[in-house]
Amino acid sequence: MSYHNPPTTPRKAAAFDDYALSEIRRAATTGIYDIRGGGAKRKVPHFDDLLFLGASMSRYPLEGYREKCSTNVVIGTRFAKKPIELKIPITIAGMSFGSLSANAKEALGRGATIAGTSTTTGDGGMTPEERGQSQTLVYQYLPSRYGMNPDDLRKADAIEVVVGQGAKPGGGGMLLGQKISDRVAEMRTLPKGIDQRSACRHPDWTGPDDLEIKILELREITDWEKPIYIKVGGARPYYDVALAVKAGADAVVVDGMQGGTAATQEVFIEHVGQPTLACIRPAVQALQDLGMHRKVQLIVSGGIRNGADVAKALALGADAVSVGTAALIALGDNDPALESEYNKLHTTAGAYDDWHEGRDPAGITTQDPELSRRLDPVLAGRRLANYLKVMTLEAQTIARACGHNHVHNLTPEDLCALTIEAAAMARVPLAGTGWIPGQGNF
Amino acid sequence: MRTIDLASTSLREMNELLHKQNAGTNETQWEILNPKGRHAVAVGVDAPLNIDIKGSVGYYVAGMNKQANVTVHGSAGPGAAENMMSGKVVVKGDVSQYAGATGRGGMLVVEGNASSRCGISMKGIDIVVKGNIGHMSAFMAQTGNLVVFGDAGDALGDSIYEARLFVRGSVKSLGADCIEKEMRDEHLEIIDGILKRSGLNGVKPKDFRRYGSARKLYNFNIDNADAY
Repeated sequence: MSYHNPPTTPRKAAAFDDYALSEIRRAATTGIYDIRGGGAKRKVPHFDDLLFLGASMSRYPLEGYREKCSTNVVIGTRFAKKPIELKIPITIAGMSFGSLSANAKEALGRGATIAGTSTTTGDGGMTPEERGQSQTLVYQYLPSRYGMNPDDLRKADAIEVVVGQGAKPGGGGMLLGQKISDRVAEMRTLPKGIDQRSACRHPDWTGPDDLEIKILELREITDWEKPIYIKVGGARPYYDVALAVKAGADAVVVDGMQGGTAATQEVFIEHVGQPTLACIRPAVQALQDLGMHRKVQLIVSGGIRNGADVAKALALGADAVSVGTAALIALGDNDPALESEYNKLHTTAGAYDDWHEGRDPAGITTQDPELSRRLDPVLAGRRLANYLKVMTLEAQTIARACGHNHVHNLTPEDLCALTIEAAAMARVPLAGTGWIPGQGNF
Repeated sequence: MRTIDLASTSLREMNELLHKQNAGTNETQWEILNPKGRHAVAVGVDAPLNIDIKGSVGYYVAGMNKQANVTVHGSAGPGAAENMMSGKVVVKGDVSQYAGATGRGGMLVVEGNASSRCGISMKGIDIVVKGNIGHMSAFMAQTGNLVVFGDAGDALGDSIYEARLFVRGSVKSLGADCIEKEMRDEHLEIIDGILKRSGLNGVKPKDFRRYGSARKLYNFNIDNADAY
């Protein structure tokens, strides 16, 4: 009788999963790092790891649909002569014309305006489509200064000095040649079809002391009318926010690692920066330590998807949140209805992230005239407005359940955490305990 | 002539007054006294004014200037004439870092020396420096002309796009993708025109050498990675 070894189930190493293996093969074949759009895809502690407690014996809820729960937010009350007032605490994050089609930018403006909030330019200047359709437009001031000019600066409702972004704190931008149409090239003063590198540092200031003078200049040019934001990636939120306050910001935008980008190295997106959840409390702490919480507004972005995320960010101390990736999904990006076209690009709806290649079947992250035409800016704008309104209603529902007549009245005491990690980051107790890791003697 | 004395008038009042002037104003001659190194002097002007600043200024003098002719009778700090759109800015003394940064049009004339990163990311401005320029000048320069009577420091024109760099003296080193290029008649004409408009003389176009982009880094290629 012969002896046979019973076969074992084939097993792949946890460290060498299918993705890791495919990336090694991709690198070996192409000799270049992987570039993609979007934010971190890895699983990190997030808002899903928090829960609201709701009203109970010690506090009473507000009646849904009858008792008012306000959502307005005013940004720029510190120095600006003309602060901006938004109806909802959800803004549209900066995304450039260049990375997005003109129709997509117009749709963002339309949707934000219907919902009563602001939209934001990106690296590449202000387009008439966007200015025309956006009641409140934030103009980004970026290291590249593509398209920067004093007339557009004065047309803006607020100015956002971009120091960094969550997808790539410490990184510059890159718009690959495929997306450089005549119009994009013209707006950026560069030849058509070449890769456009956006610097990672500003050309004419270095560090917070210089930035203070730069902000003085921008205020003088615009006669102190515009709120000035400083946007930072989620790197060292306590110190970054403190320095932004010192530099004279009216508002600070903190963008965690789930925040998207048009195109960056995968290794940068996944391995640099902190999760959004980990950034909020240190940022709020910095404002509180300086006596500036609610005086300098804090806008949080990176992975916000629904009204619960909005409510949780506000409860942790943010004044508003910003959405980018979610806004693109609302417009129609990664829609399963386009599955066969995503398959042709060797991907699937929901996973498509090669935005830099300019072949987006949804017509959003492209400069191809034929693809761009697929996006109806009026319809897409309506979809975005619907989405923003739903998120607002959801946040109000939660705030009422916690007994608050304004979403800003949500507090960390309304929350508990499902995991020790989230409890430590959000500085709220682990569910069922009074334990906040890192606080007291633990 | 209108005189603004910064010893008695605030920076805000001064800039506001200058911003109120429009194309049709007949008050075109302005004199600013006692700048004493102040930042953001005469920024965001958009009218055909002649502004004489009697003394040295700090950061960003004449930032985003349109139309105006601004003369600094002294030296200027970092970012002189940054993002200038049109008009002319003349600095009689030296300028610090990032002079003419991201400038899109008009002309910046520096009669002394310029520090590092002169003309960084320039986008159409013409810059003339009578003295020397520091390291990393014309970094990522997109378009426009930089004319230097003296010497250039290290890494001139690093990652340059389509700007033209004309240097009469020595160049300590060239940055990534920046090379010396043939001086053709059209370039001599460009220099000649710029010299005439600058009001500076004593040099000839053929005294200069031309530097610009080798255009090898325009589209990413892994075999060029060592250049970055």
